Amino acid sequence: MSGTTAAAVTAGVTARPDPPAARAARWRIGEAVVPIIATLAFAYLLVPIVYTVAFSFNDSVRTNLVWRGFTLEAWRNPCGAPQVCRALVNSLQVGLIATAVATVLGTLIAIALVRYRFRGRALANLLVFLPMSTPEVVLGAALLAQFLSLRVNPGFGTVVLAHVMFCISFVVVTVKARVATLDPRLEEAAADLYASPVQAFWRVTFPLLLPGIAAAALLAFSLSFDDFIITNFNSGSFTTFPKFVYVSATRGIPPQANVIGSAMFVLALLLVVAVQLVTVSRRRRR
Amino acid sequence: MSIVTAIGHGPGNARAATSPARAARGPAYLLLAPGIAYLGVFFVIPVVALLVTSLYVPVPGGDVGQFQPAFEWQNYVTVLSTYWPHLVRSFGYALVATLAALLIGYPVAYAIAVRARGRPFVQAMLLVLVIAPFFTSFILRTIAWKQILADESFVVAALRAVQLLPPDGRLTATAFAVVAGLTYNFLPFMTLPIYASLERLDPRLVEAGGDLYASGPTTFWRVTLPLSMPGVVSGTLLTFIPASGDFVNSVLLGNNGTTMIGQVIDSRFFKVSDYPGAAALSVVLMVAILLLVTSYIRRAGTEDLL
Amino acid sequence: MDGASSGTGLSLERVTKEFGAFVAVDDLSLHVPAGSFFALLGPSGCGKTTTLRMVAGLERPTRGRVRLGDEDVTDRRPHRRPVNTVFQSYALFPHLSVLENVAFGLRRRRVAEPLTRAHEALALVEMDHLADRRPALLSGGQQQRVALARALVNNPAVLLLDEPLGALDLKLRRQMQVELKRIQTEVGLTFVHVTHDQEEAMTMADTVAVMNAGRIEQMGSPADLYELPRTAFVANFLGQSNLLRGTVVEGPSVGPGSVLAVDVGTGRRVLVPTERAVRTEGEVLVGVRPEKLHLVTRDEEVPWDVNVVGPGRVTDVAFSGVSTQYQVAVPGLGTLGVFVQNISGGGEVRVGDEVHLACAVRHAFGLDGAEDVASGVAEDGAA
Repeated sequence: MSGTTAAAVTAGVTARPDPPAARAARWRIGEAVVPIIATLAFAYLLVPIVYTVAFSFNDSVRTNLVWRGFTLEAWRNPCGAPQVCRALVNSLQVGLIATAVATVLGTLIAIALVRYRFRGRALANLLVFLPMSTPEVVLGAALLAQFLSLRVNPGFGTVVLAHVMFCISFVVVTVKARVATLDPRLEEAAADLYASPVQAFWRVTFPLLLPGIAAAALLAFSLSFDDFIITNFNSGSFTTFPKFVYVSATRGIPPQANVIGSAMFVLALLLVVAVQLVTVSRRRRR
Repeated sequence: MSIVTAIGHGPGNARAATSPARAARGPAYLLLAPGIAYLGVFFVIPVVALLVTSLYVPVPGGDVGQFQPAFEWQNYVTVLSTYWPHLVRSFGYALVATLAALLIGYPVAYAIAVRARGRPFVQAMLLVLVIAPFFTSFILRTIAWKQILADESFVVAALRAVQLLPPDGRLTATAFAVVAGLTYNFLPFMTLPIYASLERLDPRLVEAGGDLYASGPTTFWRVTLPLSMPGVVSGTLLTFIPASGDFVNSVLLGNNGTTMIGQVIDSRFFKVSDYPGAAALSVVLMVAILLLVTSYIRRAGTEDLL
Repeated sequence: MDGASSGTGLSLERVTKEFGAFVAVDDLSLHVPAGSFFALLGPSGCGKTTTLRMVAGLERPTRGRVRLGDEDVTDRRPHRRPVNTVFQSYALFPHLSVLENVAFGLRRRRVAEPLTRAHEALALVEMDHLADRRPALLSGGQQQRVALARALVNNPAVLLLDEPLGALDLKLRRQMQVELKRIQTEVGLTFVHVTHDQEEAMTMADTVAVMNAGRIEQMGSPADLYELPRTAFVANFLGQSNLLRGTVVEGPSVGPGSVLAVDVGTGRRVLVPTERAVRTEGEVLVGVRPEKLHLVTRDEEVPWDVNVVGPGRVTDVAFSGVSTQYQVAVPGLGTLGVFVQNISGGGEVRVGDEVHLACAVRHAFGLDGAEDVASGVAEDGAA
């Protein structure tokens, strides 16, 4: 840098309007803003969960609206309320099947979209994008109209079909990100080392994509498990857990629903903690 | 395909361009075929069927819920003239909820991705706290809000006591409660994409900003924020789109004056069996969202990210 | 390992590779004898890597045939070719241990005792002690050795090396050059080595082919290429050259030791051996390597077999220990570079001094005058 430019830059710095001390003070306030907002946001996220967990211990009569005292009754007998466990099992079944199918279909699409250049690629991208940019109420109404016109009775099958549809796009997006980080030369190296295309996929591509596929499956399952609007359109008399809660809201939600909601939350927490502990210990061992 | 990458803002395209593109196309079509066929049958055809249904007319002298094919554009005029306030209200609520979620979600994502960098266990735990609400049914959580904010709850009593709320003021059954519920329910969809793009951000770039005499806030506005724009764009889309079609929050937390378009479609369908009307409203909603999203992405300039 | 089994010869016959309108490799033919160390040298984008990929089967030639020994393998998929590659960024499988990386090819071919053989291959590259590590935990040099072992263990007919040393620092690169040559001699396989580093190519290869724009400019032993470049590109890309534009005014003279007389401007005549000239009439470029030039300060009697040009003025002196590099501006000819070995221990010539430049006639070479003097100068290989 020539002397004059250096001088100009330095001059520019010293000529800033506010003295450094004031700037530093302001930045320190800025530093504090992030943790404060983050803490409040976590509180915002967690308050209803704490409430849900707390009221799973409520000694309720008919409605679970007012705190009447602590009891383990609902936890001892989580299927005590009519239909609640049926609804949970239905949700789990739908979730597992929809996740499995959507994960396979979505992963294949993701690989094709990232790895190949072909005619119609833009169209395929658009087709994957559109379900995500369509509100659930439209998806639900469209599917129901279709099922009705084909005289298909809504129920378990139609719910699974609907869930697979809206999960595929989210799987594609998640797996695509992973495929993109995968060095295509690894597959070439596998081919160079006598692996047939099928062997190269199972020995190299698949293991490396697995974290992305697992994340996508988890996302698909949680979307399916928590879906209400599309399910409500396409389920007829078939009841999933969210639908059970929504329908019983008018009459009063049994504490058993809170038990199930709380248990799922705790299970998810434990799962993540376990995965974390495994990765950390594996990292140490190496 | 700007829209596509805006939501699925994977680093895909930039990388893939440098990688040797496969010469053979056959495998690509084989891989695509099952999934695309599925989306064709269970997304494209139903949406087309919806378009067709939106033009149907009632069977003369037929029962409620019986319609026959026609080209009745009047359906659109009817539903739009009746329900345009609901449409406007839905987009208004969704917009406010999206902005609120951005203001809350960005600091959360920043705290996890940047402040907790290098502490993977803390990061994972905070992330799971963002994601875990998914597993406690969102209806259950929305009902929890309804009860926390109910007229007889201690929250309302406390607010009235300190006179933040007039004696007859309430929190549930208000537009505020609906927007707060929407913000709450879609906050993870805002936070996660922003987290993903902040997490990918090279900390050395921020250091370079500081090295080049940028103050902390300047570095944030000039370096960090622009680089996290892909996450902000996908986060806002993933919040705005479902929020504008949602009706659970307005049913559970709102009143007759907060009815959103999703609720109207739902009741046209189930309560009065007005399939063409429900279909026409759905089409209007879908087209309106696509137009908004497209112009938003244009303006956000994320097309360059391709 | 099967020990010192000799590899197979490789032939490319009129191979062309087009990517759309871009011709990456243009009607290229070459033969690599069995057991030799062959280098494809050229700047980035010259088509050398594409050529290598066609041998590996990772690209299909648009036209032409690829033969291994007597066998035409043009249409064979990569996993069916007895050819292995050391990839540019190594492409080690991140999810497999070093040992499993090396055993990968053996397992695919169901070779007996893959792990024992993998250990042997790792021992050959002195990496057996890290057999259980994941590749991510290795340094660049270590990854390079693993990649080499992973390819070598399959005892391929031809081993392909795609810029294998590009990611290593200078010292490590020198060390690996020596080691690669040792291993090649030891296992006796045919090595085809792609690089943009002329020093690397010359140090290791028996035969070097210099590629430019999809074609081979010149092929030969490193010494032949260096001493007698046939194109301006080779003269500039492989080392440095002083090229003077001129016109043949006399010759070729008759008999043994035939020479051409070239007028390089304003009546200055230099001589070029006829056998070292690509053209013997009209416009030519006369070339001479900087280390073949001598600085002449006093008015000396010049023997007939020495060309002298000058006077010129020294414009730059760069001392680098073993030698000193001078830039001499000669009016009408431009600036010429001169390397002087540091034998006498100290430069007597300073910037601004007036000097003449002399070189033995037998060191001059003649190129086609239609060529660009600067061809290949600023390319990445001229390190």
